[in-house]
Amino acid sequence: MTRNSYLYAGAALAAIYLSVHACQSEQAIRTAQYAVNGQKLYAAQCQNCHGAKGEGLGKLYPPLTDSLFLLGHRDQLACIVKNGLSDTISIHGQFFDAEMPPNPRLAPIEIAYVLTYVGNSFGNEMGIFTLEEIEQALKACK
Amino acid sequence: MRIFFFLISGCLVSIMAGCNPETRTLPILGAREPVTKVVDGKTITDTVYHSIPEFQLLNQDSILITNHTFDNGVYIANFFFTHCPSICPIMQRNLLKVYEQYKGDERVRFLSHSIDFRYDSPSVLKRYAEKLGVTNDQWQFVTGSKAEIYGLADSYMVYTKEDSGVPGGYDHSGYFLLVDEDKHIRGVYDGTNDDQVQLLFDELAMLLKEYE
Repeated sequence: MTRNSYLYAGAALAAIYLSVHACQSEQAIRTAQYAVNGQKLYAAQCQNCHGAKGEGLGKLYPPLTDSLFLLGHRDQLACIVKNGLSDTISIHGQFFDAEMPPNPRLAPIEIAYVLTYVGNSFGNEMGIFTLEEIEQALKACK
Repeated sequence: MRIFFFLISGCLVSIMAGCNPETRTLPILGAREPVTKVVDGKTITDTVYHSIPEFQLLNQDSILITNHTFDNGVYIANFFFTHCPSICPIMQRNLLKVYEQYKGDERVRFLSHSIDFRYDSPSVLKRYAEKLGVTNDQWQFVTGSKAEIYGLADSYMVYTKEDSGVPGGYDHSGYFLLVDEDKHIRGVYDGTNDDQVQLLFDELAMLLKEYE
């Protein structure tokens, strides 16, 4: 092979690497943007009960630190935020049966913001909740 | 020059002593009126301070409690309701911190009035208290008729109102009232503000010193 073809191959590899890398960081930036927007919504809509650190309050309001519960119910979280919850749930092995009020005024994009914030705070690492994912999940609400 | 220096430092020390919270006593809050009476043939003028009137309310164990339940100690009062989605969880979260610090210390009691006289029956209050983490009778949760509770709120200088336009249906302010052994209000603190809650911790300790 000529020296030029080595150069071309190297440039192609670099381009692939850069495009992949750019995609990743773009995703990370978007997640951060969603989380920042979500933090404001969380403070206004959720923090009173669930606490500034997602710590909950006694057995009245569950903490948002049970990553296993959140991961296991990822597709139901949007419906819980929007419509509230009256079922008994188990968080960190503790049962919670107090009713959670609905948030009917939250738009799907706002639910995406707030879940991205909760899902990537308090020790959770769930990645971004996209608008598409939220819209899909809301269609399946009971 | 040296004498001048001594004078200055002496002044500073006295100023600092004046600022020392240990030497400060809490004011008696609320309206006061002078009362003139004749004692032993002399006319004297006394001041009548605002105090919490007598009351009878049903607590979380369905037992009628009165103002005398809080005799021989100080107490912290507030107004809330169990379904309140706005300020109550913050208030109760903060009051729980005070309760936990003074748990077992009979000199300090707690009194939460529910303003949701329709829903918050004793059994609802009991469930709420247990879930909040209240395990003894030092913290009383009470219900009563609308006239009783809302009338008492006026005595505690707390705003309460039924309002279908706010989340939860009741509008009220989130103050903690520090009440002394003579049922005088000695401090008012915003129960949703961390700095104010710290002030309550400090002034509660100060008030307890008065009775040592």
